[in-house]
Amino acid sequence: MAVATAPTALPVAKKRELGQSYWDLVKYRFKKNKLGVLGLILLIALYVSFAAIPEFIAPYQLENRSNFVEAPPTAIRFVDANGQFQAPFIYGLDRKIDTVKRLRTWEINTDRKYPLRLFVQGDEYRLFGLIPMNIHLFGIEADQKEQRIFIMGADALGRDYFTRILYGGRLSLMIGLIGQFLTLALGVTLGVISGYYGGAVDMFVQRFTEFLAAFPNIPLFMALSAAIPAFWSPIVVYFMLTLILAFLNWGGLARQVRGLILSLREREYALAAKSFGAKDRRIMFRHLMPGTMSHVIVIATLSIPGMILAETALSWLGLGLRPPLTSWGTLLQDAATVRAIRFTPWLLWVVPPILVTILTYNMLGDGLRDALDPYSGR
Amino acid sequence: MVNYLIRRIGYALIMVVLVSFVSFVIIELPPGDFLTQKVEQLRARGDRSAEQQVEMLRLRYGLDKPFLERYINWATNFLRGDFGESFEFERPVSEILGARLGYTVILALATTLITWFLAIPLGVISAVKQYSLTDQIISVISFIGLGMPGFLLALIIMYFAIIVFNLEVTGLFSPQFQDAPWSFAKFMDLLGHLWLPALIAAVTGIGGLVRIMRGNLLDTLGQPFVESARARGLKNRTVVWKHAVRIAINPLITILGAEVFPSIVVGSALVSIVLNLPTIGPVFVDSLRKLDMYLAGTCIVFLTIMLLVGNLVADLLLAWVDPRIRLE
Repeated sequence: MAVATAPTALPVAKKRELGQSYWDLVKYRFKKNKLGVLGLILLIALYVSFAAIPEFIAPYQLENRSNFVEAPPTAIRFVDANGQFQAPFIYGLDRKIDTVKRLRTWEINTDRKYPLRLFVQGDEYRLFGLIPMNIHLFGIEADQKEQRIFIMGADALGRDYFTRILYGGRLSLMIGLIGQFLTLALGVTLGVISGYYGGAVDMFVQRFTEFLAAFPNIPLFMALSAAIPAFWSPIVVYFMLTLILAFLNWGGLARQVRGLILSLREREYALAAKSFGAKDRRIMFRHLMPGTMSHVIVIATLSIPGMILAETALSWLGLGLRPPLTSWGTLLQDAATVRAIRFTPWLLWVVPPILVTILTYNMLGDGLRDALDPYSGR
Repeated sequence: MVNYLIRRIGYALIMVVLVSFVSFVIIELPPGDFLTQKVEQLRARGDRSAEQQVEMLRLRYGLDKPFLERYINWATNFLRGDFGESFEFERPVSEILGARLGYTVILALATTLITWFLAIPLGVISAVKQYSLTDQIISVISFIGLGMPGFLLALIIMYFAIIVFNLEVTGLFSPQFQDAPWSFAKFMDLLGHLWLPALIAAVTGIGGLVRIMRGNLLDTLGQPFVESARARGLKNRTVVWKHAVRIAINPLITILGAEVFPSIVVGSALVSIVLNLPTIGPVFVDSLRKLDMYLAGTCIVFLTIMLLVGNLVADLLLAWVDPRIRLE
C-alpha cells in the first residue's frame, strides 16, 4: 500500500475480559468486520433453513404433486375486494382452458378466500429424520385438492416450487461442505507430508498438480461426471460427484500447504521438537499443521462457492445429479430454456438463492482473511 | 527466442497428446458404449434387426478393436485432418465442428478483448481515485462480477430480454442472414449479436482483473520513479499511463493467459449453451452425454489447443511489452 499506516494498538487495558490468545484476537478482529459478520449470520440462516429443517419451513412435502400444473406464484394479499385491510390471505385459483390458443391458464377467484396461517398442520414428515411432525411454518387451512399456496409458483407436475428450492438447497449446500472437507483432508495431509519429507511424495504431488492445472478443468469435470454410469443409484452418483470435485481440487491446496510447511519446518520450535526426539508424525501434525490452519481455512471458505457452482453447472448440463434427486442444478434444467422463461418465468426463483450463497461465502471468506492474521496490524 | 518457442510448442504437443489420451480413457470408463445405448433404443422401437445393425456399425467404427489400437488409429488420423466419425450424427466430426470452430474462436477473442479494454481503464480509475465514490462503486460491481457465474447472468439477461423487452437474444445471426453468403451486412449482423454473449462471458474475468489492476497500480504509484516523474513536471495523465501503468500491467498479461483465458473459454461454452450459439460448447456437452467418443475427444483437444495457444501468446506478449524479461 502506498501510505504506511501506523499499526493499530491491540486493545489491552480497556477491556479486561478480552483475552490475548490467538483465537480471542481473531474473534475480536472478525467482529469488527461488519460485512464478514453479516455473511456468517446469513450463511448460518441459509444452512439451517435449507439443509437442516426444510421439511418444517416448506409448506408441502417434496414430491407432493397436485393438479395445479404450472400455477403462477400466489399473491399474498392484505386488502380484500372491498378495499378493507385485514390479516394476510390468498384468493383461490380456477383453471381456465383457452380453446383457441390451446392454453391452460389460472385465474384468481375472489369468491374463495383462504387466510394465511403460521404453524399449520399439513403433510407428515420427520424432523432431522427422527421426530415425526406435521406442523409447517406457514400455509393455508384448506383441502389440498381444493387450494394450495405456491409462493414461488408450481412446476410442470404441480409441485410447490418454493418447497423444491428449499430441498434442492440441501443437496447443493451440502455438496460444497462435504466436497471441501474431502479436499481439505487430502490436500492438507499430502501437502504436509510432501513439504516435510520432500522426495518421492513431493515429486508425485508436484507433477500431479501441474498436470491437473494444465488440464482444462471444466471439460475434465464434464468428462469425469459423464463417466458415472447412468444406472447407479442417485445417492451413489451424489457421492461420486463429491469425490470428483474433491479429487480435482486438492492439488492447489496441497501446494500452498507445502510451501508453508517448507518455511515452518526450519523454525526454532520445530527444531526444538525434533531435538527432544519427537517422532516425525508428531512434528508434522501436532506442531507444523496448526501453523497452516489460518491460511487453509480462508482458502477453504473461498473455494466452497466454486464447488457449489460446479455441482449446479454440471447438473444443469445433465452431467451431474439426475432428476429423482432435487438440487439447484437439476431445478435449473427445467428453468433454463427459452420456453420456460417465456411461459413459467417463476422457475428462475432458483437463481437468487445460488447467488446469495456465493456472495455470503465470499463475504465470510474476506472477513476471515483479515481476522485470521491478527498480528498484521492493518 | 526461437529455441524457447520450439521448446514451448514441444511441451504443448506433449500436453495435447496426454490430454486426449486421458479424455479417451475417461470416456471409456463407464460400462457400455454408444452402441449399447443404440441397441436399447432400436429394441424399444421394436426393431428386430437391432443386433445386426449394431454389429455392422461396430465394425464400421472399429469398436470391436482393443482400446489402445482405437486411440492410436484416431490420433494418427487426427494429424491428417480426419477426426473420425460422430456416432450420433453419422457424419464426419470435421463436418459437424467445421463452422462452429470458427465461431468459438471469434467469441473467445471478442470476450478477451472486452475483458481487457474494460478491466484496465476501470482498474486504473479505481486506483487513481482510491477511496473515492467512483472507486467504491467500481469495487462493489467488480465483487459482484467476480461472484457471478456467466451462465446464471446469461439466464437473468435472457429473462429481462424476453419478459421485459420482448427481444430475441439467442443465436448469432438474424433469421434472414442465417444461410446467406458472407457480406458486410452479415458481418455487422454478427457483431450485433456477438457483443452480448461476449460481455456476459467477460464479466467474471473483468471482476478479477479490475481488482488486480487496482492493487498493482496502487503499489506502483507509491514508488520513487513515479515521484520523480511527477517532480519533472510531467502531466498527471502521462505519469499514470506511460510510467505507472506500463509497469503495473505486466502481471496482468500472465494472469490473462494462465487464468482468465481458460475461464473465458469455459465460460463462453456455458453461455453458448444458454443462448444457443453455434459454438463447440453445446455439441461437446451433448457428445459427452451420449458417449460419442470421437466427437467429444475432438472437442476436448480443440479446447486444450485453444488454452495452450492463449497461454503461449500471453508469454510472448509479456516478453514484448516488458524488455526486462528474457525468454530462455
